[in-house]
Amino acid sequence: MQGKDYIGFSVFVIFMLALPHWISNDYYLGVLVFTAFNCMACVGLCLLMGYAGQISLGHGAFVAIGAYAAGILTTHLGWSPWLAMGAGVLAAVFIALVIGVPSLRLKGHYLAMATLGFASIVHIVSVAAIDITNGPAGIIDIPRIKLFGFALDSDIRYYYFVWIIFAVGLFFAINLVKSRVGRGLRAIHGSEDAASAVGVNITRYKIQIFILSAVYAAVSGSLYAYYVNYIDPGPFDIMYSVLLVTMVAVGGLHSLWGAVAGGILLSLLPELLSMAADTFAGVGIAYKPDYDTIVYGGILLFIMLFMPEGLFGGISTLGSLVFKAIARMAGRRYPSG
Amino acid sequence: MKRKVVLLIVTGLFIFTSIAAYAAEKSYKVGCIYAITGKASWLGEPEMNTVKMIAEKINAAGGINGHKLELYIEDSQGQNTRAVNAAKKLIKKDKVCAIIGPSRSGTSLACVPIVSAAKVPMISCAAAESIITPVSERKWIFKTAQNDSDAVRRIYENMNERGIKKVGLITGTTGFGNAGRKQLKSMAGKYGLEIVADETYTPADTDMTAQLVNIRNAGAQAIVNWSIVPAQSIVPKNMAQLKMNIQLYQSHGFGNIKYVKAAGKAADGLIFPGGRLLAVDTVAEDNPQKKVLTAYKAEYEARFKEPSSTFGGHAYDAINIIVKALKMAGDNPAAIRDAIEKIRFVGISGSFKFSPTDHSGLDKSSFDMLTVKNGKFVVLK
Amino acid sequence: MGIQRGSIYALVAIGFNMIYNSTGIINFAQGEFVVLGGLMMVTLTMNLSLSMPFAFLLSVLFVTIVGFLMERLTINPVREPTVLRLIIITIAVSILLKGLAMCIWGKGSLYMRQFTQTGPIEFFGATIMPQTLWIIGILAAVVSAYILFFNFTLTGKCMRACSINRDSARLCGINDRLMVMLSFALSAGIGAVAGIIITPIIQMDYGRGALLGLKGFGAAVLGGLGNSGGAVVAGLLIGILEAMSGGYISSHYMDAIALIVMLFVLFVRPGGIFGKSEEIRLKEF
Repeated sequence: MQGKDYIGFSVFVIFMLALPHWISNDYYLGVLVFTAFNCMACVGLCLLMGYAGQISLGHGAFVAIGAYAAGILTTHLGWSPWLAMGAGVLAAVFIALVIGVPSLRLKGHYLAMATLGFASIVHIVSVAAIDITNGPAGIIDIPRIKLFGFALDSDIRYYYFVWIIFAVGLFFAINLVKSRVGRGLRAIHGSEDAASAVGVNITRYKIQIFILSAVYAAVSGSLYAYYVNYIDPGPFDIMYSVLLVTMVAVGGLHSLWGAVAGGILLSLLPELLSMAADTFAGVGIAYKPDYDTIVYGGILLFIMLFMPEGLFGGISTLGSLVFKAIARMAGRRYPSG
Repeated sequence: MKRKVVLLIVTGLFIFTSIAAYAAEKSYKVGCIYAITGKASWLGEPEMNTVKMIAEKINAAGGINGHKLELYIEDSQGQNTRAVNAAKKLIKKDKVCAIIGPSRSGTSLACVPIVSAAKVPMISCAAAESIITPVSERKWIFKTAQNDSDAVRRIYENMNERGIKKVGLITGTTGFGNAGRKQLKSMAGKYGLEIVADETYTPADTDMTAQLVNIRNAGAQAIVNWSIVPAQSIVPKNMAQLKMNIQLYQSHGFGNIKYVKAAGKAADGLIFPGGRLLAVDTVAEDNPQKKVLTAYKAEYEARFKEPSSTFGGHAYDAINIIVKALKMAGDNPAAIRDAIEKIRFVGISGSFKFSPTDHSGLDKSSFDMLTVKNGKFVVLK
Repeated sequence: MGIQRGSIYALVAIGFNMIYNSTGIINFAQGEFVVLGGLMMVTLTMNLSLSMPFAFLLSVLFVTIVGFLMERLTINPVREPTVLRLIIITIAVSILLKGLAMCIWGKGSLYMRQFTQTGPIEFFGATIMPQTLWIIGILAAVVSAYILFFNFTLTGKCMRACSINRDSARLCGINDRLMVMLSFALSAGIGAVAGIIITPIIQMDYGRGALLGLKGFGAAVLGGLGNSGGAVVAGLLIGILEAMSGGYISSHYMDAIALIVMLFVLFVRPGGIFGKSEEIRLKEF
């Protein structure tokens, strides 16, 4: 397992870094930059859902907090983008603590509803607190971020920047999952009572993971703000929180790779569907992006009913079955090796 | 018989060569970003219909200076991320020379950095003035929707005429409502008006009685209800319920006959600044826009079997301005931009006069004061 | 003033409780039932011009069937239900229903006339819209039917037995799976009633489900999850609180009030205002 994950990680990183050689069009790069934002939030959420067994329907709110911290502090107060991003992370940590401590003491549905309520409140505040967030009109002219004095002002530069940050985040998450913390978390997911009986401090683990997942989301939000240079409350509504959960669940709850796969798949899906619409139109089916919602719901429902391990889990189960079958056949043919 | 065949072949050849010649001219590519689906599709649908209709007409008449007009239409679904992707796709992949849209203020603002960096002119169909101001930073951006501040001017002038001094505000908490509230408050002083109450409501509100009672207690002589969501129809109803007889002003966001229906009898007699398209039949004959309005309304409604809307009008103006610029300057983006700054055009939203310092081109004459009479919009006499 | 809205929250909360009692599931699609009820009613009355009572019954029946199908197709077949999985399934259903509603009824908000066309009624110096009376009356009727059903019919008693202890109920020969199905269908029906009576006031559109559901859940929590009497009081309370905050504090934050109350109760008194705070931690999902 150990080696397999690192090999997978290396292959993935090399592939993502090499990708711009084949697709240099800014449009595709832009789509992939947005994909990185989603994947980042998904990895955090996967730690919470897949490894701690808790559901948060409010991660869009942490993304919003990161984005607004970046937008407000750089434009109103003239902070440097890096400092503003740090402040966004701190704000997310603090808020996650305030929300997490009481609601993680409760079970199951309560965290889901509490986080959903929290996400709605954040959205309402971002619309209503006009003096701070500029309300629905949004914050314009957010500066670009610089790396050692090097302006990240083109799509290709930003592409490398976000995917490298994402790789660091993913690397950290992979290591975390394999550490003592990760084993403790899996124990919680299996049975909270058993875990606590063998001395795992459940509540503390759950809160730590909740905070960590909020950090991933906040970083993703700040990076979004510096890329688009404009934010308004629109992208961070509760549907976005639900979409993040969908991405993780569709990809596979119990594996970080599943979350990444789900994040990539569902980020590309609207673009793919809009391209497919032309093909559909060619054969006489009028596909409208209005059907996207149905497609999302349908995919999620299908996965949850028939492949609860997610696409990634389902495929890897299938893969290992095939592998075993081949091995068995090979074994039969050459019985003594 | 023989002669007929020869004639047929000759005409066939003639048509073929002319088509070939026509196709040889490179076509002018213009991109459109509209919220065709999603929550704001009531904006994007009439806009898309309109540009398609106009483009077909232009191409049927031989194109622009012999070049075919080719539209690349993208759906933003009203979302910033999708709009940004669409703008990039149009500029980098389809290589358009100008962009029309997006439909919403938010999506337009999200696209501003991209088109500015790529140096491609964009004519937004949204209203917010921050899209085009300050012009020094919005060199490549224009817009065709009327200005909120001009709507406020018309309302306040009407109040001055009637000797109203104390005004109560009730605005929606959406982007449209907020922008209006800001303008209403900042401009009241210039017209010698006092804002005695400043209330708001959310799009999901069901009852504005509490807010209206506050306005009544503050002694307002008129109310301005500024919103674009259906909930605004509740205000006139609640006023009737409370037996408040002071004049109700609505914003141009009331310009949707559905809202009149929802308000029922209570809507009769309210006043609002609106695009003339809403009350075409009652627009004065000598108004320069009358001809354009009547023609557009008739053409749109015959073709799409649905009422024309002022939003489609914004798209009508935008595409016609682009076509004019293409005629003047060809399809070089920078040349188009410079050309737009010189354009004079009588359109649906008003008579445009663009200049290097004014990228909206409209003033308060773009609105008429309208009222509701027997469930219909008419020009206020 | 806030009674109209409060009644809706109360009805949504009763719907939540019904499913929660029989299965321990919080149904995230509850808000969509409300939307479907309202939209169906608009179609039947405004487009097909059926009479109000007939359209009312048909709409409720339609949504009841949706609830029934939801249970049969998505809840019943799940063999190894975990909380996480069931939550995500109800979320998936809500996305699906929302998408379908959008494609069928469009994105605009649909207008419907009030049940009766009389003008405002004078009542001790205050003016009341007749629709408000309808809402209060129908809420009262639903609550009484609810009480009668659960206390005086065999099916109702069986459902109550299941909610107290499903295993013992099964031992006594009660078909617990059937009761789960029934609870989904009934809860959908009640949601539809809420949607139907509020539509003449707010104009229904496909996207309202999430917030209505969330606020209804706030009422359910405030009243103590599973306690339907508490839900009615809590729903009305939240409605009035909202209306007052809209008028006297700031309508910008009005929508947040119900949610803040919900979070506060969850954190401080998870048993609700009428429950004991210890009770909730004992309840295993």
